[in-house]
Amino acid sequence: MLTILLDGIAYGMLLFVLSCGLSVTLGLMNFINLAHGAFAMVGGYVTALLMNRAGVPFLVTLPLAFLAPALIGIVLERTLYRRLYGASPLDQVLFTIGLVFMAMPAANYLLGDQPQQVHLPAWLSGRIEFHGVGIGVYRLFIIGVCGAIAAALQIFLVRTRFGARLRASVDDARVASGVGINVDFLFAITFAVGSGLAGLGGALAADVVGGIDPSFPLKFMVTFLIVVTIGGSNGILGALVGSLLLGILDVAGKYYVPSLGAFIIYFVMVVTLILRPQGLFARGDGR
Amino acid sequence: MSAVATLTNTARLKAHLQRRERWRWWEIAFWLAILAAVFAIPSRAGLINEILIAGLFALSLDLILGLTGIVSLGHAAFFGLGAYSAAILSSAGLADPTLGLVISALIAAALGLATAPLLLRGSDLTRLMVTMGIALMLGELANRNSWITGGADGLNISMAPVLGLFPIGFTGQRNAALYSLAVLFLLFLMARRLAQSPFGLSLSAVRENKLRAGALGISTSRRIIAIYAVSAAYAGVAGALLAQTTQIVSLDLFDFHRSADVMLMLIIGGAGYLYGGIIGAAIFIVMKDVISGATPEYWEFWIGALLVALVLIGRERISMHVRRTLGRLISGRSS
Repeated sequence: MLTILLDGIAYGMLLFVLSCGLSVTLGLMNFINLAHGAFAMVGGYVTALLMNRAGVPFLVTLPLAFLAPALIGIVLERTLYRRLYGASPLDQVLFTIGLVFMAMPAANYLLGDQPQQVHLPAWLSGRIEFHGVGIGVYRLFIIGVCGAIAAALQIFLVRTRFGARLRASVDDARVASGVGINVDFLFAITFAVGSGLAGLGGALAADVVGGIDPSFPLKFMVTFLIVVTIGGSNGILGALVGSLLLGILDVAGKYYVPSLGAFIIYFVMVVTLILRPQGLFARGDGR
Repeated sequence: MSAVATLTNTARLKAHLQRRERWRWWEIAFWLAILAAVFAIPSRAGLINEILIAGLFALSLDLILGLTGIVSLGHAAFFGLGAYSAAILSSAGLADPTLGLVISALIAAALGLATAPLLLRGSDLTRLMVTMGIALMLGELANRNSWITGGADGLNISMAPVLGLFPIGFTGQRNAALYSLAVLFLLFLMARRLAQSPFGLSLSAVRENKLRAGALGISTSRRIIAIYAVSAAYAGVAGALLAQTTQIVSLDLFDFHRSADVMLMLIIGGAGYLYGGIIGAAIFIVMKDVISGATPEYWEFWIGALLVALVLIGRERISMHVRRTLGRLISGRSS
């Protein structure tokens, strides 16, 4: 029982790191970035390739798994994404699906369609018993790392000047730029951090989902979107609650009622949207 | 004075509606060309059949997206439901294709009617998510209830000849294409009539400005629910046609990529003038056929590149160009 709960929390935390970038782009720029999973895939590939081909230790690859997609993210943001900030949701969806369709065959072409495995170091594999509750060490590691990231993000947003500017831009981009905040710059940095976090999430998730393969962006796109729509676009808290809810429900559902499978999470999403069309934690004006 | 003004306005309106209704020469040429293609290249009848069915599916999306402005990323729900309805009907012993189509359409329309109220609230993003969620839920239901759907193995079905005369399926691919063409043409006529009716005009009003349409006395919610059910029925017929002519159904009918692909077809062909879906389906499927003949695994890349280019150049600008060129072609006769 507790094991399932902890597994669910670990999965939820993973989902949080994977999708919080998406939640921020959606909340901040009203931009529907379906290509978010492609950044996660890049991060996963960076870790898997560095470990398998260059023998770099797992922990060392993680910062790189953050940096590589962040760099790609900032380049794409400056060249392509920013043109579509004011576009209709349909255009944004089409554009980013187009990017996904390009990313998947590109990954297939470069790296083959076999999943790239991430082999965890010995100290992260195995299980420990704690008061009769067994839990994988790696699950604990994920909870620790992702929890730290969530806390850091929250503190960053609430306590720092950058965070204050960001929140101001979220609330009203025009007024924010009117009082001298460089909204463009903020968007670019935020987009890069979001992409980087997706990459980090991809690297951490590689073991849990059985390796990174070219279909990753599409396979998990739906999950990210569900997290974000359930949580609402109100930044960190919504994404965190949405991910944890989804993670726990998904793991518990698969364990207790395997006959329903993924039905549960879709059902939860639709019910949530019927009751609260803007998600659980929407901004007041429901934009 | 005002009575006279109203009278002339009514007359002008009538003339306008009649002008919209008139068949243009290129429309007739369009349908004759398809008919000719089926007979001219019988070896590719299977491909043409696929195009016609995808065209019908895209037409169903055009009814809500192009005409009414309702976005959907889950139209595969109705496509898959129609296909499975037709398949299950035939395996239950009801092998007549036309009756199967009608019943499948009704089942899909019922689902459309039931889910349409969910589209009335929230933003475009909410609608995209809800429609997608419903399609995924149905797919998962079909996956889990394998006693009736065959689960991951799918279903193989066999159909009686159409109208008891024309056998369809692998031995009768040309018949299958003609059957699909007949259904597509019939449904297209109905869609064309619907788009030009006052009801269709009110849908355009809803698309352009929901608030203002409401202020004009149009019950926007009812119109949206009605057109959504019609669109669902169309998608259901498309799915049923696919099941009947390929004689197989599988779970990938509900896949997300089905919903995305049909959206791409409609966007490539241009939304809002009913022919876009069929043209887009033809471009999409021929492109897929040609590219995947050369590089089977990477054809998606080029579709993606096309999409990115379409959005960056601007869909509006392209469709405006198309319309202007068409307009120049037609202008000699109708305006």
